[in-house]
Amino acid sequence: MTGKGAATSWQKRDDVAGRPWTGRVREYDLLKELTIGVVVVGLMVLGVSALFGAPDEPSVSLKSWAASAPADFVATAAKELAGTSDTAGYGPPYNSTPDASQKIGPVDLQSLPGVRLPVDTAQDFVIGPLEQLPSPPAALADWTAATEQQRSDWASAYSDALAAAPDNDPAKVADGSYGPVPALTGALADMARQGTLDGVLQGGGTFYNLDYTLSLLFLGDGSYFPGLAASQHLSGDQWGVMNETGDTPGQSWLWLFSLLYQVEPFKSSPNADALAVVTMAVLTVLLTLLSFIPGLRSIPRKLPVHRLIWKDYYRHR
Amino acid sequence: MSTRAKPAPRLPGQDADAGTWTDKARRWLLAKLPPDKLLPGDQPIYVMSWAYVFGMGAVASLVWIIASGVVLGLNGPQWYHVSPLGGFVNSSHLWSVELFFIFMVVHLWLKFWMAAWRGGRVLTWITGMLSFIVSIVAAFTGYLLQTNFDSQWIAFEAKDALNSVGVGAWFNVANLGQIFVWHITLLPLAVGAVVVLHALLVRVHGVVPPLDASEDDAQLSTNTVEVGGNPPGAGRQVAPATSLTPAEPKDAAL
Amino acid sequence: MAGWLVNGAATVGAGTYFGWDGFTIQSGNLIVIAVMVILFILALLLPFPGGKGRK
Repeated sequence: MTGKGAATSWQKRDDVAGRPWTGRVREYDLLKELTIGVVVVGLMVLGVSALFGAPDEPSVSLKSWAASAPADFVATAAKELAGTSDTAGYGPPYNSTPDASQKIGPVDLQSLPGVRLPVDTAQDFVIGPLEQLPSPPAALADWTAATEQQRSDWASAYSDALAAAPDNDPAKVADGSYGPVPALTGALADMARQGTLDGVLQGGGTFYNLDYTLSLLFLGDGSYFPGLAASQHLSGDQWGVMNETGDTPGQSWLWLFSLLYQVEPFKSSPNADALAVVTMAVLTVLLTLLSFIPGLRSIPRKLPVHRLIWKDYYRHR
Repeated sequence: MSTRAKPAPRLPGQDADAGTWTDKARRWLLAKLPPDKLLPGDQPIYVMSWAYVFGMGAVASLVWIIASGVVLGLNGPQWYHVSPLGGFVNSSHLWSVELFFIFMVVHLWLKFWMAAWRGGRVLTWITGMLSFIVSIVAAFTGYLLQTNFDSQWIAFEAKDALNSVGVGAWFNVANLGQIFVWHITLLPLAVGAVVVLHALLVRVHGVVPPLDASEDDAQLSTNTVEVGGNPPGAGRQVAPATSLTPAEPKDAAL
Repeated sequence: MAGWLVNGAATVGAGTYFGWDGFTIQSGNLIVIAVMVILFILALLLPFPGGKGRK
């Protein structure tokens, strides 16, 4: 051996680790081990599956949202019209809201792809679906004829009034200048309760659809869907990234990614996601290239766990 | 090239610089991984610990992941929600993934403490890490494909991390069509390819010797040990017969 | 626990969580991590049934 640093180096040297083994051997049957492995693991898989099963919490629809939390649905629809929802202020790739993208120092990766999945919240979530109705509400014409400023004023005023109303109940909103907005949001809530909004938002008028971007963004803008997730400990600030519903284990291998969201400087940063992703990427690269990093690669020598792994070998030499 | 000028028949594997690309590839492969290395009948004496079973445990779990995944995939995404058998196959898919990660992580920990990248084995370590990383992405896309509340929420939550680094525009977690392609074709192929490469590299380089192994270890004194006798150069007693039964001398070809 | 051939719809409870001061872990994840640590320790400590050795 040539010094302690060399012993855990990745480099191939003319030593015991670098040369083909020419010493004592033991009988070994690769295929037998594979077969035993598959059988044993198979029994474990079938046994644990029979015992514990897997959770399958039914999905949430716009219909169930509008039925279970109508006030939240109407409030969210008003925000979509006013352009004050999370999605409306998201930035790339959905829209070009200024200063909305996350940055890592000066680097703005979020803006690189541009607005590749454009979402116009008023048009895509409310106006467009209402236009698909067999008899669209008359209020649509008022909305379409109004200026941008007028629309925004109506919707914002209604949104604020809803927030101030008892139980946020649309029926108890104080009088005000809301234009066609209450009629539009009310019609959208009816449409959702009847179950037609799910199909219209997902299919966009076509038969086939596998893209749930619009439905999911709309759902997430409310507080009903995130509230359900929070009640299952699935939110980001509840270590939710690694959690599965119920007691079934989830993606526990994401523990460190999950942890970053709980601690500063990530926790309160507006760039939390970007910082967490980059931090994980750097740490993953470091672990991958561990054998090139002096100090780190010597840990197995300094903390000799290997004495236990190869105790038979060391005992007999 | 030069071979065209030499019409004389050549013996296989003899003419070092002659041959087509295919010839060269075959020679290179056979030199790197001769059949008795690919499917060995024995292993160095130090390969004797429970620490060595976890890689195979991960491979065995992968077999069950693929088998249950094929059944789920061929029945379509709605089947497992309504069929009791489908629910059971879905459970098996989940639990084989959990076992896969359990075995893989313990394998990774153990290989770290063995400093298993030593002696020119750095690519083995790197491909092992790659299979871990690709598996994480594959598992994540599986969670997105559950078509239930969990997948809805994971898609909603995960989009922020992906969008924040500009990936979400192309890897759109809310687009089930995209996620199907990733989860049932691209990522399984990637996991399979990296795992196969990793296993082949283990065979090419052999299992890394103990950290403190040295030239004068009894286990390394070659060819001269008589049955039951003491190895030359070592004053200590030879390994007890419980774990080492002295047997016929090994062919020198090893 | 009645997972045997039971389809999961509406059978999922709220889950069991352990936590102190911002640190939270779900019971399933805790068990998986504990199993990994236990397997690691057992792999180091348990004697391996000896195979046939030869030169």
